[in-house]
Amino acid sequence: MNRKITPYALVLPAWAWLALFFVVPIGGMLSLSLTTGNVITGFQQTFAVGNYVDAVSTYWEQILRSLFYGACATVLCIAIGYPMAYWIAFKGGPYKSTYLLLILLPFFVSFVLRTISWRFLLSDTGVVLGPLKSIGLVPEGFALLNSATAVILGLAYNFLPFMILPIYAVLERMDPRMVEAAHDLYAGRFQAFVRVILPVSLPGVFAGVLMTFIPTSSDYVNASVLGGTHNTMIGNVIQTQYLINNNYPIASSITFVLMGLLLIGIFSYARALGTERVMEVHA
Amino acid sequence: MTRRRTLQAGGAAAAALALSACGVGGQQRDPAASEDYWADKEQTGSLRFANWPLYMDSERTQLQQFTESTGIEVDYKEDVQEAASFFGQIQPRLANGDDTGYDLMVLPNGFELAKLIELGYLVQLDHTRLPNYAEYAGESYKNTAYDPGNQFTVPYTSGITGIAYNPDYVDREITSIADLWDPEFEGKVGMMGDAQEIANFGLLLNGVNPADSTLEDWQAAAEKLREQRDAGIVRAYYDQDFIQPLTNGDLWMTMAWSGDIYQQNAEEGTNLKFVVPDEGATLWTDNLMIPYTSQAPVDAIELMNFLYDPEIATGLTEYIAYITPVPYAQEVMAEWADAEDGSERGEALREMSESSLVFPTEGDYQKLHNYVNLEADAQEEFASLFHEITQS
Repeated sequence: MNRKITPYALVLPAWAWLALFFVVPIGGMLSLSLTTGNVITGFQQTFAVGNYVDAVSTYWEQILRSLFYGACATVLCIAIGYPMAYWIAFKGGPYKSTYLLLILLPFFVSFVLRTISWRFLLSDTGVVLGPLKSIGLVPEGFALLNSATAVILGLAYNFLPFMILPIYAVLERMDPRMVEAAHDLYAGRFQAFVRVILPVSLPGVFAGVLMTFIPTSSDYVNASVLGGTHNTMIGNVIQTQYLINNNYPIASSITFVLMGLLLIGIFSYARALGTERVMEVHA
Repeated sequence: MTRRRTLQAGGAAAAALALSACGVGGQQRDPAASEDYWADKEQTGSLRFANWPLYMDSERTQLQQFTESTGIEVDYKEDVQEAASFFGQIQPRLANGDDTGYDLMVLPNGFELAKLIELGYLVQLDHTRLPNYAEYAGESYKNTAYDPGNQFTVPYTSGITGIAYNPDYVDREITSIADLWDPEFEGKVGMMGDAQEIANFGLLLNGVNPADSTLEDWQAAAEKLREQRDAGIVRAYYDQDFIQPLTNGDLWMTMAWSGDIYQQNAEEGTNLKFVVPDEGATLWTDNLMIPYTSQAPVDAIELMNFLYDPEIATGLTEYIAYITPVPYAQEVMAEWADAEDGSERGEALREMSESSLVFPTEGDYQKLHNYVNLEADAQEEFASLFHEITQS
């Protein structure tokens, strides 16, 4: 009897936590997104689906931009993070945990401060552009800060560890003899990577993409610190509508639109990756 | 900038819990009549004061003087980082009639203050307890446009939103708002992200007094601001972080607050210029107010009164370099400068007492305008019009 109950008892606090602090507020937000009114007179439940129409028609540009920036930052994270995870997993030797700690080191500093420090890096006369301008490689009027590039770089930088860790975890568990076997079967280094290592590491990449794409798409700090005109992301809009304009219905409906789009994106991505892996098996 | 995510989550959770299937009820309450409110209130010997960062020296000199003179202890918290998020933090508690954790707080004249007054969340001040205010406050701080008769607030300090520019990069004198639209400065102009601040500059450019502006005026101003943005003249819209880019040359000129520029020049030895443009500028005021759930209103109003003592106001101004509502502080500061003559502090005091950034002249005041006051409905329209510009 007891044995049957124990697992449920163990998982109960987690479920209670989620129910209380996730399901209840989300339900409230959903209800709020269908109300009309203002903070003075209160919000009346009118099942105003028009809020969603307003939200999408007013902010479709910022929504698409956020998904685009998120995708760019995610791709950048894969490009930088995969080789790094690979190197630590296969060449790290006894220093693996030291390297991992180094990757996590930035997290010991506040997120906002780290982002602000990028202002100094990217400034018109800063560490990056200053020398380039003085040797004439870059025209005098060229600017990086307050642009889409700056926002995407900031996003990629802030969420890079979330890409590296899951990929590393998968590669680290991989049996090196699989690669040897591939070589025995006349696979070159490239072939071995594409046919053996990459497919094995895909679950790690998948997890990494989830952990970078979702937070980068909904981030607002990078856009407000590093962005300029026409770089606003949907997170900034939600923050403004919620905290500055106190327009809770619109803020909530944008939130659900964003959540919906992210879920659709993730499911189709999972499907695509899933079929690919099925094809791998058949090949 | 430094908004805490927990605050957002907390606000959302509170909003959600306050929800029922039929929405959120109206949250307006009738402000208690002044004499009833104060009739049974006693001094408690301590109060909690919420203020903005860098709005008093790190020794909290004025508060120490207050404790010495009255015996009241002050728990000073630099908890106001932004008017909107602070409002978001206290509003649910006030709606429930709970203590906010503060007995005295400082907020600017703006939409949040208008909402607090409209919701009836502020204590009506008993002016018989504010003799220093009656005696020393400047005329323009005695009947403010956003709080007629100063029923709920008294000014803490004021500042001008004008134009700052860096003469290392700009080789001519900047005198007007129109200069911010000059294509010559493409990508080097900073504007503010706050809806009211930026709206005021668009309105003044069109020759409209912000306080009397109408919907048509707002639309025309928004059009001008959109042109400026789409011509690539604006580099970015800033909250309060324009000083660094202006110093290092990322920005050549920007909308700016007077005290920030004064402090930067005094502390960093920079040579930034601040101008009140020909078209005029706006005068904003940060105000002291008591939330109706305060646990120590008597102590709070005593501190309000104490800050209007000219000696105290002068000491406060010496550190924060914004405009004091006590004009007489200029004379006191000049006296202090004489007494300290020849020392470094004497020099600084002399310079400050003669600065029109800290003590605007009559002519300056002629060019300074008030903000427009709006009820909640109109605020929404106004804000969305101008956020469309800044949140492109």
